[in-house]
Amino acid sequence: MNIFRIEIQNTVKDSRGNSYLAKIQKAGFPVSKVETADVYTISHLHQGFGGQAQMTENEAREKIGEMLTNPVYESFSIGEPDFSRDFDWAIEVGFLPGVTDNVGRTVVESIEDLFKIKFQKPAENVFSSTLLYVSGENLTEKDAQKIGRLFANPLIQRITVKSRENFFADGGMEAVAPQVHLSEPNPPMEIDLEIPDEELEILGKKGIRNPDGTYRGPLALSLLYLKTIREYFRGEGRNPYDIELESIAQTWSEHCRHTIFANPINDDEKGIFKTYIKQATEKIRENKGENDFCVSVFSDNSGGILFDDEWVITDKMETHNSPSALDPLGGAMTGIVGVNRDALGYGRGAKPVINRYGFCLGNPEEEISLFRGKNKQNPALQPSEIFEGIVAGIEEGGNQSGIPTPQGFCFFDERYSGKPLVFAGTVGLIPRILDGRDSSEKSAKPGDAIVVAGGRVGMDGIHGATFSSEALDDGSPATAVQIGDPITQKKLSDAVVRELRQGGFINSVHDCGAGGISGTIGELGEEAGGFEVDLEKVPLKYPNLEPWQIWISESQERMTFSVPQEKVAGFLEIMKKHGVEATVLGKFTDSGRGQVFYKGQKIFDMSLEFLAKGWPCEVLKAEYKASKSIPIIPPDKGDLGGLLEKMIARQNVASIEFISQQYDHEVLGGSLVKPLQGKGRVNVNASAIRPVLSSPKAAVLSHALNPRMTEIHSYDMAVATIDDAIGEAVAIGGNVDYMAIMDNFCWCSSDEPERLGQLLETSRGCYDAAVKYGTPFISGKDSMFNDFRGYDENDNPIKISVPPTLLISTLSVIPDSTKVSTIDFKIAGDKIFVLGETREEFGGSEFAKMIGADEHAGVVPKVDLEKSLAKFRGIFAGHQENLFASVQHIGVGGLGAALAKSCIAGQLGANVNLAKIHEDLNTALFSESKSRYLISVDPAKEAKFREIFPEAIEIGEVGGDVLKIDQVGEFKVSDLAGKYKGTFGDY
Amino acid sequence: MKPKVCVLGGYGINSEDETIFAFNETGSEAEFVHVNEIISREKSLEDYQILVFPGGFSYGDHTGSGKAMANKLMNNIGEELLKFVARDTLVLGICNGFQILVALGLLPALDGEYGTRQAGLLRNDSARFVCRYVNLKKVSEKCVWTKGVERIFLPAAHGEGHFYLEQAALEKLAKNDQIVFQYIDENGNLAKKRFPANPNGADLDIAGICDPSGRILGMMPHPERSLFFSNRPDFTLQREKLLRAGKELPKWTENIKIFENAANYFADK
Repeated sequence: MNIFRIEIQNTVKDSRGNSYLAKIQKAGFPVSKVETADVYTISHLHQGFGGQAQMTENEAREKIGEMLTNPVYESFSIGEPDFSRDFDWAIEVGFLPGVTDNVGRTVVESIEDLFKIKFQKPAENVFSSTLLYVSGENLTEKDAQKIGRLFANPLIQRITVKSRENFFADGGMEAVAPQVHLSEPNPPMEIDLEIPDEELEILGKKGIRNPDGTYRGPLALSLLYLKTIREYFRGEGRNPYDIELESIAQTWSEHCRHTIFANPINDDEKGIFKTYIKQATEKIRENKGENDFCVSVFSDNSGGILFDDEWVITDKMETHNSPSALDPLGGAMTGIVGVNRDALGYGRGAKPVINRYGFCLGNPEEEISLFRGKNKQNPALQPSEIFEGIVAGIEEGGNQSGIPTPQGFCFFDERYSGKPLVFAGTVGLIPRILDGRDSSEKSAKPGDAIVVAGGRVGMDGIHGATFSSEALDDGSPATAVQIGDPITQKKLSDAVVRELRQGGFINSVHDCGAGGISGTIGELGEEAGGFEVDLEKVPLKYPNLEPWQIWISESQERMTFSVPQEKVAGFLEIMKKHGVEATVLGKFTDSGRGQVFYKGQKIFDMSLEFLAKGWPCEVLKAEYKASKSIPIIPPDKGDLGGLLEKMIARQNVASIEFISQQYDHEVLGGSLVKPLQGKGRVNVNASAIRPVLSSPKAAVLSHALNPRMTEIHSYDMAVATIDDAIGEAVAIGGNVDYMAIMDNFCWCSSDEPERLGQLLETSRGCYDAAVKYGTPFISGKDSMFNDFRGYDENDNPIKISVPPTLLISTLSVIPDSTKVSTIDFKIAGDKIFVLGETREEFGGSEFAKMIGADEHAGVVPKVDLEKSLAKFRGIFAGHQENLFASVQHIGVGGLGAALAKSCIAGQLGANVNLAKIHEDLNTALFSESKSRYLISVDPAKEAKFREIFPEAIEIGEVGGDVLKIDQVGEFKVSDLAGKYKGTFGDY
Repeated sequence: MKPKVCVLGGYGINSEDETIFAFNETGSEAEFVHVNEIISREKSLEDYQILVFPGGFSYGDHTGSGKAMANKLMNNIGEELLKFVARDTLVLGICNGFQILVALGLLPALDGEYGTRQAGLLRNDSARFVCRYVNLKKVSEKCVWTKGVERIFLPAAHGEGHFYLEQAALEKLAKNDQIVFQYIDENGNLAKKRFPANPNGADLDIAGICDPSGRILGMMPHPERSLFFSNRPDFTLQREKLLRAGKELPKWTENIKIFENAANYFADK
């Protein structure tokens, strides 16, 4: 075995080193200089790499070094440290064995291409790492370790530290190849279910016991479920194999089957999903009649609506909460890249064209002290670490995939400190007709080949589905963590979208998400009526995985296709051209059974009916009590101006420009209404894009959430949230009469009747608002156990539950992309109006939080659905006539924050009086009453405006560089901008 | 003659569709060509007059932007590329495409040394990916792609866009009239390396360069992402001003001229 290190450094300008230095200094370490280098550790078997060129080992190494270096600004060294270098500590950050190393893989490909050889993996491989040379007086080894920790997550990375002295004495860092070594796999095991209830319960909670006595990790199967499984296998006349039990656990998990939405609840036998969500959509489609624009709802990986005669546009919003709590960067990255596959998995393959994101997390300015284990073991990550990681994860995943990411938000509340919510969504585009038939039609056929394409399978992501269905605690497995590989997926996406979705190559396709191929082959098998799989054919990252691990691993960037036998050769050829590995694993059948073989032995043989639908229905119990009305007492009214200045700097109101600017929102060339509006660049909760450049139509996206309102009044919260989401879209140009919505429920403690009561009331609100507005749900997702269970620093048990969070996202299609609007005040002399009624509604508002009111105090805003709908339609009509100079939907922070934002965005002042808004100025400024808009209008168009909106209240005029609010204060717009942008700055 | 445009794709390149759209709207005939189709000789560069390296993240920028793709191309079709540029052809590299052209040594090709790495695109000074609109002024008189262009407004979106050349080479580049675009502020003054007008800290505020012949252009910002007037971030403000002045809204931005010039170059041939 030959193993060596190539170290490459920038000789001109080490910008990364400078940014690392800033980060280290910010963390409080006395460091004066940081230099960085990229390191590639290369292990290979044959001297000179055994290519045709017949090189010596040294020649080959030189050639690789030259290839990886641009001599204009970089130099490389092989194995030899630079003894003249001045530093105190060398700190290296590399990956732990088995963690996806995208850079290493690219170098493997480059070397293979350079020498025209093939690496014999896993013995031959390349591992990337980053080396920091840090200078600072009095830095201890402990400091150096802590500095390394700033750039590494110990769950997936290793940190090596050496003093300068030791570094030179050792001849630099050792060449370490972090290979995965697994012992010979255990043979498939029979699991005895004829055991006492207590033992069954342990089996469900801790998982199957390995021969060495360790547990494999939670199956998350309740006693009732296990008894049902036992009954089934009694019928089969045998015990289950381990792989069968693992497979059932995945398939029946809350994460995959959404049992809480599916099961009967109280006296409603149909359950929440059917009664409220699905039925709303059915009712709306019926009401719309021939204007129904839905194509595919709920049944596929994404929901789809008509974009125009030629195209269908799809949408899906996912969550990746549990993985992001453990590894924020990897969790968010696999979240966004994963939901891209929900577009690719729509119909016979939609192209991902717009990304959405959303983060709910604890206060990043606050240090928390939470531990998953006793004795300060297994600490939870700090909100600031989570924030940094998830922001970077969406950046890497979204940008590298070439999909614009204009649409997103951050919401901060300390109740997200234990478990953050990370939302990731993708809009897709697909021709309406492919190969002469509806592109949404898909069905695996008996006889079709089962083909898996994309990444290889490793230990990563094992038990992801069952673990998401449980609260995060000490037993949460680290193997649930993975890093995304956007480039492998981009190649897969290119192959599907450019070529394979036409020409009859695909009868059906599903994205490998939770449960890996056990999920997709199961789903496709249901379509066909059965499957047969040879598990040893699955390409592995490293040898010796056990069959059950191969079957349920959630290794990323894979999709499963049902390919007609006569098309298999062509399918594989096209995948190869795009540089994608694709493998035939077996075939679909009509036997009614799923069968899995491993090296000829049958280790899985179950009725698909049982696997797909055999779980026992438990009747859920829900109880609801709206919280008692607690009044909100505003502080002394002397300093309203001060409150306004504080309000616009609050984390939930302030600018997140540093995120918007890092996320490419211009790629694909259709960007229209951007994440930052106006010269003054203000964040807004809606955006618009032209997904088809040859069409004048545009897609409008928006979202809303009001998690602090749920516990006060769940029904009103749901209505308000749908109203907000639509209002945000309508303000920039969206059309309520051509709009679909998506629901994401992120609940907590869903085994408690009170929480289910809130869920039920929320769902009822969703139904009523959606039906009234005619906005069908086309897709949704729930995540029901967002609770953290652990200990504080004194070993007191702690449970932190997220506030029950409903996120509503909208997707609207508008006919004319030039009829959009933004929030910025534009021209001095324009008149300013407020549309909509302002009431004393502070329940769950940012104002209530700011003044430290009881979290259940105040009244949740009520919506008059009829009036609100009329406003949605009126504003859309106004846009078509270019009636407005600016429109802003009034949201978090109330009218005060909205006025400040329109001024900051336009870099223009305004002179307003709020007496007609409400007699109480606190209410006028900060109430979060719904269905309100701040609009500026060219005086020449005032008459026309008043015709459509006779009820609009005129409050003043645009002009100058100061925002003057009578009886409140005068604020220089540039000062307001400084406060609005100062909270996060460059973060 | 209507030129045929080879728009390369694969391995993480991602801006091919909008690039193809830009050429097809302006009188050229563009098509997507997977890199492996050229390498396997399924398609030949000889059949095209224009070669385009679109934006994207080829190989995820691993080991440095553009490098891995340039290595693959050099190892497999290096000679074909040199032959292509020796003909009376045009080449365009945008963003990652520019990075690839520099890593291939097709830019700046000072002293006619095509195929030698002479320049680099370093990490942005902020060490962060940045996506925002920038103003550019056209400098070069010789560049075929920019005839009639004076000043353009378009998005930059990159993490490694700091153009770097050694001092002597930089002077040579200027003297040869190979500096095509420089970053300027809203008032038309050079950005002087300051963010945000210059998003990456590039030397001499260089945003784009050409080869000595003026036929090969590489630029960091993306003209293909801002073809429509409505793409501009100030669209709603401009619309308001134009409508109040009783004027029509233009359909296209100035950026489209870059693609028109390509078709015009071959119009009489």
